Order: sequence, then C-alpha cells, then structure tokens
Amino acid sequence: MSKRTVELELATPGVDAQGRPARVPLTAPAAPAEPGMGGEHLLMNLGPQHPATHGVLRLVVELDGETVVRCIPHIGYLHSGFEKLGEYRHYNQIIPLTDRTDYLSPMANNVGFALATEKLMGIEITPRCTVLRVIACEMSRIISHMVWLGTTSIDLGAFTPFLWAFQERERIYDLQEMWTGARLTTSLTRVGGLMADIPDNFEDKLREFTRTFPKTLGEIDRVLTRNAVWAGRTQGVGALTAAEAINHSLSGPMLRASGVPYDVRKDKPYLGYETYDFDVVVGEHGDVFDRYLVRLEECHQSNRILQQAVERLPDGPINVDDPRVILPSKTAAMSDMEAMIFHFKQVMEGVKAPVGEAYVGIENPKGELGTYLVSDGTAKPVRWRIRPPSFINLSALPKMAEGHLLSDLIAINASVDIVMGEVDR
Amino acid sequence: MIPGALREEVGRDAERIVYVARERLLEAMTWLKNTPGQEFDYLVDVTAVEYRDRERPLEVVYFLRSLGRKVDLRLKVELNASDELAVDSVWGLWRGADWLEREVFDMFGITFRGHPDLRRILMWETYAEGYPLRKNFPLRGRSARAEQVRQALNANPEAHYSLEELSIAEAAGDLPDDMRERLRRGERGVIPEPPA
Amino acid sequence: MKRVGETKEISGQSPNYLVAKFQNLVDWAVNSSRANSLWPMPFGTACCAIEFMATAASRFDFARFGMERQAFSPRQADVLICAGRLPFKLAPVIRRIYDQMPQPKWVISMGACASTGGIFDNYSMVQGIDTIVPVDVYVPGCPPRPEGLLYGILLLHKKIKGESLFDAVRRRDEQPLDEKGLRLSPETIDEISEPFGNSVHQFRSS
Repeated sequence: MSKRTVELELATPGVDAQGRPARVPLTAPAAPAEPGMGGEHLLMNLGPQHPATHGVLRLVVELDGETVVRCIPHIGYLHSGFEKLGEYRHYNQIIPLTDRTDYLSPMANNVGFALATEKLMGIEITPRCTVLRVIACEMSRIISHMVWLGTTSIDLGAFTPFLWAFQERERIYDLQEMWTGARLTTSLTRVGGLMADIPDNFEDKLREFTRTFPKTLGEIDRVLTRNAVWAGRTQGVGALTAAEAINHSLSGPMLRASGVPYDVRKDKPYLGYETYDFDVVVGEHGDVFDRYLVRLEECHQSNRILQQAVERLPDGPINVDDPRVILPSKTAAMSDMEAMIFHFKQVMEGVKAPVGEAYVGIENPKGELGTYLVSDGTAKPVRWRIRPPSFINLSALPKMAEGHLLSDLIAINASVDIVMGEVDR
Repeated sequence: MIPGALREEVGRDAERIVYVARERLLEAMTWLKNTPGQEFDYLVDVTAVEYRDRERPLEVVYFLRSLGRKVDLRLKVELNASDELAVDSVWGLWRGADWLEREVFDMFGITFRGHPDLRRILMWETYAEGYPLRKNFPLRGRSARAEQVRQALNANPEAHYSLEELSIAEAAGDLPDDMRERLRRGERGVIPEPPA
Repeated sequence: MKRVGETKEISGQSPNYLVAKFQNLVDWAVNSSRANSLWPMPFGTACCAIEFMATAASRFDFARFGMERQAFSPRQADVLICAGRLPFKLAPVIRRIYDQMPQPKWVISMGACASTGGIFDNYSMVQGIDTIVPVDVYVPGCPPRPEGLLYGILLLHKKIKGESLFDAVRRRDEQPLDEKGLRLSPETIDEISEPFGNSVHQFRSS
C-alpha cells in the first residue's frame, strides 16, 4: 500500500527581529497554565443546553483558573430507547429507527443495519444494490463531515465555512430527496435490497456534484488550514497517542488521526470496497488539527469513491429475487395467489430470521458503527445492539481535556464529532 | 487454549464465539490481551443479551479484536437470572470498557466488580422503574405516563453528582449539607429500590 | 392576509371610539415588533435540530423573518423552539429553560417527537412537550421540511398579531407547575399520552 505524506508549512505574517515583514513559522503552543496559582478549584457546569456542546451533552469541569483539571461528561439526555424499541419491531420496521440514531448520516446507518440483517439471514444482495449502497455511504460521509466542519468552525469563531458546508449539504439533500423522498430520514435500505431505484437524472446530478465539490473543499481549506487562529487553537490540543486511542476503543477519524491506520473499509471490506481505489487518511499527532485534516481529506477520498462508483454502476435489479424477503410487485400481488400470500405474510408477520446472531461493523463517518443482531427464529430480533462510535469516542474526552484550557475543551469536544442521538440511543 | 473456556460456537457471520466461565473471566481476558500470539488489544464492544426464553441464561458479550493480527473474537459469559448478576470488570485492561460497562449496568442491572464508577449513564441516577432492557420490563415503562412525568420533573439529575464531582465541590466549600453528609458516608444519593 | 385586529371585540373595555382606536394602534405596533423580531431559543436535541440548522443556513434562511439572532441564553430569547425528541431526563431541563425566559414568550414544538412523542412510545420519551410547557404552535413532520418550520413560524406571527395588551384574556400568562410538579392534571397527561389507531398494536414483542 503506497503512502503519500502531506507536509504543511505553517507560518503567519509578522515581523522579524529587524522589523522587516517576514513569515513567522508557527509552533505548537507551549504556554503552560499558571502552575499552582493557589486558590480553590471551580466546579462549572456546561450544558445540557449549550450552543457548543453539539447536542444535549452535559460537561462538569473542574477548573483551576482557566485550566481544566478534570472533565466529567454526563450523557443520557437524548436516550430514546432504540434498542428496546427494536425488540418490538420487524426487521424492516427497524430501518426507519436507524435513520434517527446518527441523524447526520442516515443512509450509512440504514446500510449498516441492512448488512447485519442480511448476514443474519444469509442473503446476498445484487451487484447494482451493492454499488448504490456504496454511493449512499459515501454521500453520508460527506454530509456528516460537512456538519462537523460547519459546527466546529462556528465553535472556534469562523462562521462562514458553516454556510458553505451547509450549502454543499443541501446539494446532497437534493440527491437524497430525489432518491428516497426525504431529506434527512431516508430509510433507504430494506432487507435484501433498497426502497427504490435511483431516478433517471440522479447519475448526472451526482457527477455534477463530484465535479464541483472539491472546489468548495478547496475554499474551506484556504480559509482554515493555514489560518493562524485556526492552527493556534487546534494544534497540540487534545492529543492522544496511538496506544491510548486503541486502549480507549476509539474508531474512525479519531483513531486514524492518532496514527493507527485502521479503516473498516480496508481491513474488513464490505460492499466491495476492496475494488475501489481510495486512500486511508492517517494523521500523526492525534490532536484536533490532525483530526480536522483527516476529515477534510476523507471528504476528498469520498468524492473519489463516488466518481468511481457512479461510473461502474451496473444495470439490473436492486432487490434480491426472493419473494419471502422482498415484497412482490403490486400487480403480481393483485393477480397471482402465491404472490399475494407472500405479500400478506411479509407485511403482517414480517420476515423471519433464522436462529443465531451476527455482527457487522461498517465505517460510519464517526467511526465503526456495529450492528449486533440476535435472533430466536421470529420476525423481531431478541437483541438489537448498536455499537455506537460516538459514545465510545466521547468516553475519551476526560483524558483528552486534562490540562488544557477551557476554550480548548470546546475545540476538543468539537473534534470528537459526536452526535447525541447515537451516543444516547 | 483460552483459560476458563467452556465451549465454542460459530456465529452466522462465521465468527468464533467462546463461552467462558464467569469466575475465570478476568483471567481469560488478561491472557487474551497480554499473551504474544493473541494480542487482543482492541475492545470493540461490551453488551448483554437476555433471551425471550426465560430458561436461557443472560449473556454478557465481549467483542475483542486484534488490530495487528486482524482477528476478531466474541466472548460470552452466561449468568443465570436467579443468581447474582455480577461479573468482573475489564476496565483495567481496556479503558474503552468504562462507559460500555456502565451502560450494561444501566440497562440490565449487571454489576461489574472493580469498575471505579459504576452508576447509571443513560437514565438518571435515581431512576426508580428498573432496568429497561430486561425482558420483564414493559416497553412503556412501569408507571403511568403522568407519574413518569412527575418523577422526571422531580428527579433533578443535576443534583446527583458522582463521588468525584462531590469531592471537587467539597474542596471548594460549595456543597449543601445533605450532599456533604452523603459524601462523608460514601454514598451517591438515595436510589429507590426498583419494583420487583 | 386579512389583519386579525380588524375583527377584535372591544366589549369589557372602554366604549370610547378614540380609546379603542388608540388601543388598536398600540397593539398593532407592539405585536408587529414582537412578531417581526422573534429571537429563537433553539432547544435542539435531535434530527429536527439539523433541519432547524438548515433553515438557518443560506438556502432557507429564517433571518428574513427577523430571527437573525439566535439566543442561546434563554434570558434573551422570545420563542423556545423545541426541535427534537425530549426524553424524561431532559424534561426538567426544558422546564427550567422555559421558566428562565422572560415574558412575553412563545413555544414552537417542532417535529412529531416534540409534539406527541413521535415514533418513540416507550419508557424514556416524553409524549409531547405540552405535558411540560405550554405550546403555541405545533409543526408536524419527521423532520419537518424547512418550509414547514417557516410555515409554523409564520403561524406564530399570525398568532402574535392577534394578541392584545389590553385584553386580559388574550395576554400571556405564566403557567407555573403545581405542587406535584405537573402542568396539567394527571388524567389529562395520561389521556394525551395514550397511543391510538394502529399504534395500539405495536407493543407485542413476538
């Protein structure tokens, strides 16, 4: 596997010792907090309603002056009982629930759950469905990273990238709406296939998107990456070594920014990802700046995958040809007795899964999203477990925040890229 | 051979599942993490399963991965519902188990011995209705809706801190008297007994 | 759109024509100012919060309706927009945020989960924030499209323009919680939280 290393030389305009204008290289901030200023520590509460906590997260921080000595996160303010609810729903009825866990990348959640169900039931999906699901996953990655970018830059003071990022999201929302009818809660997949095939002008619109998206990424890069304020606030902040990241079970961009080249798409490929040509983006220092670079470059890689996927989209059916799993067409159900019985059984009783269990992890934009399904032979799962990447990534926040300033805590919290719907489920 | 292993199975996703005796769990986990040749350095997930068939025991499921060897392993510990629901915590081996075990405690009531801060994580600490993901817990909860609203509005989750937070506030001299007393006794708060 | 003030009743107030005209003018001025510069307090919890953010972004842009400045502190907000599902753990938080807002205040319940509990009829979800705070406008949808939220905001404008400073009935009142901590009677809360229609069949586990 070839490695392409990117080196950034960051400098800020200033004056040198002789008073001439020069570019002063930026170094990682080395200013330590005032040691032992004396006085008491302050116990401060952030949230659960707070603009910068990215959802209903409550942080209790112990402050020594402005330095965070300890940070204790409290979650559960968005606990919606998804896993309990899943035990009362058929497998296809759980798909709309998966939209709402990680609502920033709904299609990826749909795909993850459908893959787990198909593994449990031993179903093999069609080639066209495979490529369409790859397109869905990569589109989800882009919109999730765009939200991350927009909200993180707002947290750190830059408002305009938020508007640019959300404009790109609107273009993907248009594509999602063309395909599924919904902007956000897409419910794209079904067991054994998809809810609908792509409409006729979808491919052209997607090609148009992939043609112009790198330009927006370039604009954001130009505004943020070499910006003294941005680099000053994110370099050296919240760093985690590779060993710490592995021990805390981190995944996704958080793990890769710390130097661990683990990407589920490359290491445990699914949906044919081994046939696509893309790079795994690995950082070096594990700080907020590296996480930003990793996510920005991942958007470029997703764009690359989208371009390849839309070129190789094969013709054919999107649903597997099994009437016990896929609803027969309406005309068949109305005219043919056997098709009507299949239709009836699927709608009223649901598709029964064989006894057993299956776990499938996919590379969600936030990390490894795992779905663990245990079945006892009925149409409703005995246990639906979501392995939530944001939940586990967030548990490393106390470790990352110790010793940093309060404003760094905001940057670190933003860099974890949490979505509380998935943290709390 | 994994110490304490009782039997092995293969899941529908062709994954190796090993059942381990409850008393030897920590020994098995330590062996799996530290032995060269095993090196399961990454804990993917910890969860629990209760079956609809009440004869079957509860299972605590651990998903382990060796990043270097690219191997996955699923470990299960069976707990009879009639026994004490407790296993040893693997917090000392993988820090990622911190919140995962707290969630299993919150949802199933399984205690993890050795976990430094085992309190409810998703529901509020004084949640009185029980452990939600157990099969004897109804979907809509045990109380009437109005009673649930009343309990929620009176729960005041911000008043119940962990011992860590209580000690911080104590050092700053901010604690009200009843919390100071609780800290002195080593308690977190009055957690009412869930109904049977 | 017909001005709502034109059908106002003035019984119980001064029958003097000039005073009534003056009251109309003051009401029009006050209500227009309030409606056209509602500062929203985005109590965004889940997916609806993302659609709220999309409504705030450049494509739909509710700044053209006067909501340019989002007030993240409730002390400076006019309208509490509860965007997203509300679990029981968050119930005291929204009540406290609502109590911290100064009068006059309005509440928009955005989305199905905030209005009635949505698809989450389970142990952890409040079945509609109207069991906890009084709601002025309900915006249905899961999530509502930005146009839907804007329609809800315009409905709120219409409601505000129908209020009056001089009519005690139509003025906004505080609705404090009773000693048990409930805003409505327990029977009412149970009644509005019950499932109905096909939803009554969704509690079988196998």
